[in-house]
Amino acid sequence: MISTRLAPSLRSSVAVQSQSFLYRSQRPLSSHRFLSSLVVAEHDHKSLTGGTLATLTAAFALKGEAVDVLVLGKDVQSVAAQAQKVNGVKRVFVSSSPHYEQFVADLLTPSIVQLQNQEKYTHILAPASNFGKNLFPRVAALLDVSAISDIVQVVDGSQFKRPIYAGNAIATVKSLDPIKVITVRGTSFDKAPVSNGSAEIVNLQPASGLDELSGKITWVSKEVTKSERPELTSANIVVSGGRALKSAENFKIIYDLADQLKAAVGASRAAVDAGYCSNDLQVGQTGKIVAPQLYFAIGISGAIQHLAGMKDSKVIVAINKAEDAPIFQVADYGLVGDLFNVVPELKEKLASKKA
Amino acid sequence: MSLKVLVTCKRVVDYAVKVRVKPDKSGVVTENVKMSMNPFDENAVEEAVKLREGGIAKEVVAFSLGPKGNQDTLRTALAMGADRAIHVETDVQNVQPLAVAKCLKKIVETEKPDVVILGKQAIDDDSAQTGQILSALLGWPQITFLSALELKKDSNKVKGVREIDGGLETLEASLPVVLTCDLRLNVPRYATLPNIMKAKKKPIDVKTPADLGVDVDPKLQVLSVEEPPSRQAGKKVENVDQLIAELQKIGAI
Repeated sequence: MISTRLAPSLRSSVAVQSQSFLYRSQRPLSSHRFLSSLVVAEHDHKSLTGGTLATLTAAFALKGEAVDVLVLGKDVQSVAAQAQKVNGVKRVFVSSSPHYEQFVADLLTPSIVQLQNQEKYTHILAPASNFGKNLFPRVAALLDVSAISDIVQVVDGSQFKRPIYAGNAIATVKSLDPIKVITVRGTSFDKAPVSNGSAEIVNLQPASGLDELSGKITWVSKEVTKSERPELTSANIVVSGGRALKSAENFKIIYDLADQLKAAVGASRAAVDAGYCSNDLQVGQTGKIVAPQLYFAIGISGAIQHLAGMKDSKVIVAINKAEDAPIFQVADYGLVGDLFNVVPELKEKLASKKA
Repeated sequence: MSLKVLVTCKRVVDYAVKVRVKPDKSGVVTENVKMSMNPFDENAVEEAVKLREGGIAKEVVAFSLGPKGNQDTLRTALAMGADRAIHVETDVQNVQPLAVAKCLKKIVETEKPDVVILGKQAIDDDSAQTGQILSALLGWPQITFLSALELKKDSNKVKGVREIDGGLETLEASLPVVLTCDLRLNVPRYATLPNIMKAKKKPIDVKTPADLGVDVDPKLQVLSVEEPPSRQAGKKVENVDQLIAELQKIGAI
């Protein structure tokens, strides 16, 4: 497969390389394009997400000359202040506008492209969260390059590893584009520490034309689950329920066990589709990717698509009535039993051990 | 008013197949493996056909890019209710979403649809990009990861509920628009035998990327494909006490 494509690809890769070589030698020394990265921050107007901190680690792994951060939002001072303290960040660009408040991809894109045209980064990165997946292909399109989705490893400045086929295979890909636009899987990189960095803060004007653009695409409303529980993608322990819970009322036993363990709550697609819980709990190939220290899969059969979202968990515990459920093939500890008996018993015994 | 809807579909390894990496690490095994329409694209085709059945759209055109086998996928789209299809035929492997979007852009310029609907993600490369790229190239608004869609007759606006990390959000976009859908948008119909027979007579227009002036050679090359790190088989515990003991032993709780 690869050999039949080699000749034309070699030609085009040589063409790109010679183009960039000419580009470098003709330009004055001060504007040589060293490897430099921009991380577009995902945040909630209070702090950076864990995924953004993991993306910063991926950016540092590129071993370039500089890593800058771009924070777009409405009132983002505290986010910028946090980004400033990440050791290794050179500049934090901040741009505020009411149009950025709800992170509508169409409205964020122009600012990123504008900054890219000004600073000429070789790499632009964002977390491979819903935010990044929605936004970054637009950025890549306007820069006329192929975006690289959901990387799990940086091999070098142009080679990366990324999961395909629901994580049943890992592809090593090489980008021939002069700018790499990348989204980063948050569970594959440690979060960059926020400590004593002292990056420069640079304020930017919002991009022009946003009033007109917001006529074409308008944010109307959102329904987000407010929860005291840990956030699913960064929790140490996750308790997930599947279709075997049979109802939204029954799902309470998942919440109860999670609260006993101070864990986050997840779910299989089947449970969400059946209406037992909200969609933001979905763990899987097209839902959230999690890799906690401990993952409980309760009443979850273990379809390929669910495994894709949790098989990098350190320890997996499966509780299922069917002893041949595929989940037992990846579980470190499997308990064949009726979850309606097992889970309350587990919760009670954990509670009494604490007492 | 009567909209024209362009809907895309990709031929992928069936979602239930346990994919195996080739021993030479050049890719995954696709010989003698069941191929199907990408599940998210089934939702896209279903939504497009529902729009026509609801009198909001007058024509549904299906699109697919890939080798000759993709015509099977287009026949399925036609059997589900698409009116005609466009096949951009190429044997190039690992065509990137950017190239697909560029071909789609050329088709959009000729066909002039009001709505382009795509699946949110293909389950083979898991890129989840094509819709967003097309939207940016066309300068059209995008509503992605849709779980609900509201498009009223004689309105030039569409309201979409999309899935975001924290829950759901609602956006409103003016036409023309690019939409990508999640599995929860609808329940795709099975193609009935009479419709499969009818679909054989519906036209499939075949073009090449060269006809559209698009270079589909991947700028993102796949150098090798390997197995992911494997998990060792675990053990079964008899009861809750044993489970707690094991977890405490390893310090997990």
